[in-house]
Amino acid sequence: MSFLTIEHLEKSFGTNRVVQNFNLTIEKGEFVSLLGPSGCGKTTVLRMVAGFETPSTGRIVIGGKDVVNLRPNQRNIGMVFQAYALFPNLTVADNIGFGLKVAGRPRAERTARVAEMLKLIGLPDLGDRFPFQLSGGQQQRVALARALAPSPQVLLLDEPLSALDAKVRVSLRNEIRAIQKKLGITTIFVTHDQEEALSMSDRVVVMHGGRAEQVGTPFEVYNRPATKFVANFVGMLNTLEADVIDPATGRVRIGGTETSLRRALPAGRVTLAARPEMIALGVQPGRDTILEGKITSVDFLGSVIRIRARVDGSELAFDTFNSTDAPPPAPGSDVRLSLLASDLLLLQDP
Amino acid sequence: MNLWVRITGWLAFVLAAGYMLVPLFGMTEFSLKARRGVYSLDAYARVIGDTEFQATFGYSVTLALATIVLGVLIVVPTAFWVRLKMPWARPFVEFLTLLPLVIPAIVLVFGYIRLYNTSSFLPLTGSAAGTNLLLALGYTVLALPYMYRAIDTGLRTIDVPTLTEAAQSLGAGWVTILWRIVLPNVMVAVLSGAFLTFAIVIGEYTLAALLDRPAFGPYLQRIGTNKPYEPFALSVISFAITWACMGLIQLATRLSKHTKAQR
Ligand SMILES: Nc1ncnc2c1ncn2[C@@H]1O[C@H](COP(=O)(O)OP(=O)(O)OP(=O)(O)O)[C@@H](O)[C@H]1O
Ligand SMILES: [Mg+2]
Repeated sequence: MSFLTIEHLEKSFGTNRVVQNFNLTIEKGEFVSLLGPSGCGKTTVLRMVAGFETPSTGRIVIGGKDVVNLRPNQRNIGMVFQAYALFPNLTVADNIGFGLKVAGRPRAERTARVAEMLKLIGLPDLGDRFPFQLSGGQQQRVALARALAPSPQVLLLDEPLSALDAKVRVSLRNEIRAIQKKLGITTIFVTHDQEEALSMSDRVVVMHGGRAEQVGTPFEVYNRPATKFVANFVGMLNTLEADVIDPATGRVRIGGTETSLRRALPAGRVTLAARPEMIALGVQPGRDTILEGKITSVDFLGSVIRIRARVDGSELAFDTFNSTDAPPPAPGSDVRLSLLASDLLLLQDP
Repeated sequence: MNLWVRITGWLAFVLAAGYMLVPLFGMTEFSLKARRGVYSLDAYARVIGDTEFQATFGYSVTLALATIVLGVLIVVPTAFWVRLKMPWARPFVEFLTLLPLVIPAIVLVFGYIRLYNTSSFLPLTGSAAGTNLLLALGYTVLALPYMYRAIDTGLRTIDVPTLTEAAQSLGAGWVTILWRIVLPNVMVAVLSGAFLTFAIVIGEYTLAALLDRPAFGPYLQRIGTNKPYEPFALSVISFAITWACMGLIQLATRLSKHTKAQR
């Protein structure tokens, strides 16, 4: 029996249906991300779990109890907001202790718990500061501690890192994940940043137009995208038009090259896709398909070099590692690219 | 900067300052002349020693405090709720709170007397306590434009919806949210509203006179028609009170520690 179940959840604002037939089950202690473009309904789903929005239809069950009719302050849920939302009139310690104070816990217990939380977020000496005396990253850590202090059943985070600069964002996401694992708290994390979702989560829900298009581990979502949208949204993708010669064995023609995907394909013209890391520069052992192309651009990014090449009317992007004795090819030069045909993804509409 | 612009600027300032300060100076000077030939505080001593002054002043201070409490209790939750749940209603509420500036107090008080006279459904004017309550409610209405503006502006400096949701997710109900989060964060605004209310109520005449209450305003008026020097001493005192209120507003703004970052 899963810990958190969302069944047939729907939400409309007027005639605008922003969440449609949304289903999700989460195990206790699991970290699940809702990933999707702006306006796809991620926040709305999260706010329905928190109780700030009422579902038009559907059920939300937490720990065996239907919470749809409970008010937000009765749900025992911790929430972290994009804008930190610390209480400006309270010190860091009082912010963290707020939930315990509201719950009427005795002072000694509160003090101990606040100290424990401050240690957990690595700011043991900042309890007496006011929020405006903290950096953004520190404020967000305090917000996390405040949400966790009353030991909620579920932790909800709505794009908690998007107001921070890149370096802090990466270190804080590792920290959040470490704390989440340590406490074993069931967590839903909303983001539109795929790197965040893939690197932090046990499972990712890719949302599009108010629906969950795919639910799976980061590995599954990235390597076996269920729909065209998921394939395009998660990770970088090169598309190749191909003519299927033999649907049963998966023989196709891509430009001037014939190759086989070794699995059944629909007949006619199909769209195949390749991640940048599937494509290698030059003829490489173990790769059965060679494509001829012309380099269009070379971006030197440091340890990796991103190269784009035009192959049969479509542009392919791929990366090579920097190497001190082999300079990258020049734009305009002819190249051969190699890949393993069975790696290619078939893009289909759901 | 152009020299002429600067000179004209100063000239305007000096003229405006003179326009306001000269009468004040004259008034103060005259109030000190109660003893022939020398400056003295005789007028002030007589005013402050007057038991009626003490009684009416005490009455008005009490009423001002009651008005402030009533105003805060009405305005803080209202402004909070409008910001949180009905932002579309803000212009209407603002218009409503501005009505007391448009409707003369005399109209207001006749309305009250008609509505709450001894033969009405709620005979407030039938007893002293009832009339006091009516007066406090009337003052609350008179102070509404200032109170509402101040508090609504104060609410603008915090993210009301998000802070409310944060508090709710931590288990807080509405009373806790208002008392522990909203009120402390708009305290400076509440204080400015409070001092303005105080300044208004202390000198108010129309409502107090027509409801026949022993307030400071009617007392001022009575003294003014009967005595030579005392009215001027009283005026100076009233000015001092108003200015003290303004000074306290400034002080409150300076002293609030957690709002410094937003300035
Ligand atoms: N209170 C509301 N009233 C009307 N429409 C709303 C309301 N809240 C959200 N919407 C609409 O619902 C849709 C989904 O909004 P939501 O905030 O859930 O998106 P999101 O996936 O969180 O996007 P973002 O990444 O930009 O935060 C949007 O089209 C939005 O305009
Ligand atoms: Mg959102």
